[in-house]
Amino acid sequence: MATAVKKKTAEDLPEKVHVWPYLVRLEFLCALIVIVGLTVWSIVVDAPLEEAANPTKTPNPSKAPWYFLGLQDILVYFDPWFAGVVAPVLIIVGLMLIPYLDVNPKGNGYYTYAERKLAIWVYSFGFIVLWIALIIMGVFLRGPGWNLFMPWQYWDPHKVVALVNVDLPYAFGFRDYWNSAMFGGAVVLGYFGLGTAGYMFLERKAIKSVGILRMLLKINLMLIMMGIVIKIVLRLAFNIKYVLVTPWFNI
Amino acid sequence: MANKPKIPNIAEIMADIKSGKIWSDLAKKFTESQIWTSSFRHGYADTPRNRVLQIASNVWLHLHPVKIHRHALRIKFTWCMGGITFLLFLSTVVTGVILMFYYRPVGEYAYFDMKYLQYDVPFGMLMRNMHRWAAHAMVITVWLHMFRVFLTGSYKPPREFNWVIGVFLVTFTLLLSFTGYLLPWDQLAMWAVTVGTNMARGTPFLGHEGPFQEYVPLISPRYDARSVLLGGSLVGPPALLRFYVLHCIFIPLVAGALMIVHFWRIRKDGGISGPL
Repeated sequence: MATAVKKKTAEDLPEKVHVWPYLVRLEFLCALIVIVGLTVWSIVVDAPLEEAANPTKTPNPSKAPWYFLGLQDILVYFDPWFAGVVAPVLIIVGLMLIPYLDVNPKGNGYYTYAERKLAIWVYSFGFIVLWIALIIMGVFLRGPGWNLFMPWQYWDPHKVVALVNVDLPYAFGFRDYWNSAMFGGAVVLGYFGLGTAGYMFLERKAIKSVGILRMLLKINLMLIMMGIVIKIVLRLAFNIKYVLVTPWFNI
Repeated sequence: MANKPKIPNIAEIMADIKSGKIWSDLAKKFTESQIWTSSFRHGYADTPRNRVLQIASNVWLHLHPVKIHRHALRIKFTWCMGGITFLLFLSTVVTGVILMFYYRPVGEYAYFDMKYLQYDVPFGMLMRNMHRWAAHAMVITVWLHMFRVFLTGSYKPPREFNWVIGVFLVTFTLLLSFTGYLLPWDQLAMWAVTVGTNMARGTPFLGHEGPFQEYVPLISPRYDARSVLLGGSLVGPPALLRFYVLHCIFIPLVAGALMIVHFWRIRKDGGISGPL
């Protein structure tokens, strides 16, 4: 006769379990699946090998490895000193600073959106849009001359793209160098200055508990991240090339 | 008549299968056989003490604690991505060592060694494929691992420093993959690395096309941040040798050391994160 088994509830279970066998068997199973998957994939799909390296024959387009194509795509909007050097350094340093800048004690060790909305938004935006989406675009939509091609379009190496980009000061009517530089400098400094001031004012109650250095770092890293998006929009929607032009560097 | 073996009927067999008795019967048959008892001197009693000893007295398994929180078993919580990343790293080490037997990082030989590996070395193509796909998969799994750790807020105290180590490891994963990208010495490799390292021309102060380089003496196309990476002013044989050494020796050693710290800190910080 079957006796009714009492249904186990979470409270009945011990909080801690032995690693042997409960975790080790899971790891073993997981390793087995990954290794079988990797082996089958490697039997079916061959790694690419093109013709021998030839420094006199530049392919068009020349693409970096796929995981760097997000950065290569930012080259459209920024000069190499930023897209190739400063931006990666800021990404790495910014990521390292996350635990020291995010002082929200909630959401430690469990999934929650409600308790840390801003943090999740900022990270997901950076990861999914600025990193993954740009990589997908770089891999599939960038053709000869780094021009945009839809998947169904022929990669025409002679595609004509009108060079109608102008600098922001020019678009606002500044024609001589010094006025342009002053205007561009004012826009860049104003963006960071007003952004920082506005944030500090809105969050003035938190300054004491969070700390002023922490808040300054946080808002400026976020302003740089948003600045990249703003620059992309300015270029795509308004054909703006640079905001600030100097003899040393351009932004 | 008494010696006649009893023939079980279907109903009894089905009852045995349903109750699970058939498995214990089968196991008993194996473990009490002469082959088994002569091979294994004693059995394994599933006691709490033995479960602890399985982990604590095994050099490979003692990386684990002997007990973990129940939630740490849930794939929905961990995504298993950190472990898979480590497994893929180990796969690239094994296949990479095999590839090193056949590959010479010399401008004249490298590409032909690749052809040799692919067409003449037994299982050479398979080893190369596994090495490359494991490396690419590792890039993806390490990103997903990082995303999971972020979403669960696992970088919060007391695990801040382990997150920093993790960011180093992500960076080294990308650098490992990037330095390996050059080694086939084909068009794909040379130009991808040309594009990638061209960025270093723009390094402020230290790149010959970067901002403020004019204020730093001796900065020229031949001596700047990029030429230090490449051992010359373009991606040539010296760059191939440099990337080979970085790829096979320097970065794996540094990344391996950081992995040791990473895993050690998981335990010192109280096991993998979870709701308090």
